[in-house]
Amino acid sequence: MKLIIAIIQPDRLDAVHQELINHEIFRITVSRVTGHGKQKDQELYRGQEITPSLIPKVRLEIAVNEEFVKPTIDAILRGARHGNGQVGDGKIFILPLEECIRISTGERGGTAI
Amino acid sequence: MSRFFYRAGAALLVCIAAAPATLLAQDPASELDIIDTGTTAWMLTSTALVLLMVPGLAMFYGGLVRTKNVLGTMMHSFVAMAIIGVVWAFVGMALCFGETRWEVFGEGNGGLIGWDPGLFLLRDIDATIGRWGAGLPDLVFAMFQGKFAIITPALIAGAFAERVRFRGYCLFITLWSLLIYCPLAHIVWGGGFLTGKAIDFAGGTVIHISAGVAGLVAAIYLGARRGYPRTAMHPNNLTMTLVGAGLLWVGWFGFNAGSSVSSGLKTAQALTVTQIAAATGALAWIFYESLHLKKATSLGLVSGILAGLVAITPAAGDVQPWGAVVLGAVAALCCYVAVILKGKLRYDDSLDVFGIHGVAGIVGAIGLTFLLRPQDGRPPFMEQLWHQTAGVLVSVLYAGVMTLVLVVLVDKTLGLRLGTDAERAGMDHELHGETGYGLLNLN
Repeated sequence: MKLIIAIIQPDRLDAVHQELINHEIFRITVSRVTGHGKQKDQELYRGQEITPSLIPKVRLEIAVNEEFVKPTIDAILRGARHGNGQVGDGKIFILPLEECIRISTGERGGTAI
Repeated sequence: MSRFFYRAGAALLVCIAAAPATLLAQDPASELDIIDTGTTAWMLTSTALVLLMVPGLAMFYGGLVRTKNVLGTMMHSFVAMAIIGVVWAFVGMALCFGETRWEVFGEGNGGLIGWDPGLFLLRDIDATIGRWGAGLPDLVFAMFQGKFAIITPALIAGAFAERVRFRGYCLFITLWSLLIYCPLAHIVWGGGFLTGKAIDFAGGTVIHISAGVAGLVAAIYLGARRGYPRTAMHPNNLTMTLVGAGLLWVGWFGFNAGSSVSSGLKTAQALTVTQIAAATGALAWIFYESLHLKKATSLGLVSGILAGLVAITPAAGDVQPWGAVVLGAVAALCCYVAVILKGKLRYDDSLDVFGIHGVAGIVGAIGLTFLLRPQDGRPPFMEQLWHQTAGVLVSVLYAGVMTLVLVVLVDKTLGLRLGTDAERAGMDHELHGETGYGLLNLN
């Protein structure tokens, strides 16, 4: 089992979500975060372009069994890129997952994911 | 100090002494030119109240869309204040309330559109009184009517929420106002062929039916939002929607009671039935909902408020409180059914512009015939019913056909429908380069 954490741009969330659904990955957790990468984002504020020091991002957390690791990564790569890929499109982290327990039934391991 | 009082006192004396002299000096006809301060004060208040409905509408619609589209949706209402605010002063007033032209049903029967060169940029009414209401400065009436012209195209935006380009929308509402709102307002109010025949006190036919039908046509032509109806599209902030609906209710007193263009009995009657119909509509909607879904929702309650307000709009000057109760309850029922039917028919009138404004507008325009206050000089029942039906048909057909033409035209030239990527990214990021909220959760 792996825990996949992806940091993506907010405007690509829908595209990534759709790609994940297409790959039959339905169970995800999404949160709004702010952070700082290489990219410089620009927003308009009363006619001036401003560069915020911390940039809004979206963080996805997806726990998957081994055979779903590759499809999940493919889906995120396809959905999260602007054009052919730009600085600031985000990152994917893959962590080993020790245990997974479904609260409602107490099931453990791969079937609980 | 004492010198100041002396001077002020002297000036006052001069005024008092001069006042009767000026009155006597005028010829009898121009005595009508004396400003009725009561009427003028109320009409100024009404003008401000109707403008308050536009930010109210922005909040109502803004709360109902997804987080990524909240600013884009609110901009649809706010930019209408900017665009129509200018267009109305230039030509809108002249097209609606100028001398009637194109009298296709014969001389003296009223035409299709107004025009009066003197009303271009409101030049000739700079200092005139009483053309549209006894004792009322003409500029006040022009500004009051201008607010109606602003809110009508803004209403349509709810039907194609979350999926149109800003530039295309701006062009669309400009053309819609000139080619659809102005002729309709002229036909029903400004001296056109239905003026004085069809009863439309404050804009059931001109505003709500035309906006509702336009919304329906545009929503069907542009197609559903990506993912509709499979993906749930939850409102981002219902608290804002509730406050918006509250502002609409408050503003509606200016909308309806102001449409008496006076400050008197008719005003009181219109204000009373507006209150009663809105409350009945709200109560009826949560009652139906409680029977159907076992729960009363906040969105249901405010939808009921709107259904009641829309239905009473054409009838406000001509029905009594019991009629307002009937219209409120019937409109809420019809709208409730219409909104459920939309789900079954699967077209994406996103914020139910047709389901609420179109349907309740038709219920009010036709239904008022059965509930009229007894009064001398009314035409026979069947004749009035025909006039009302004619008004509805003219509005439905004209707004329907012309909106289709406009939507196709704008979509093929500037582009109206957002592209797939832009729609996914959201209007706020894509079209305006801003975000509506700080760290609020996504939906």
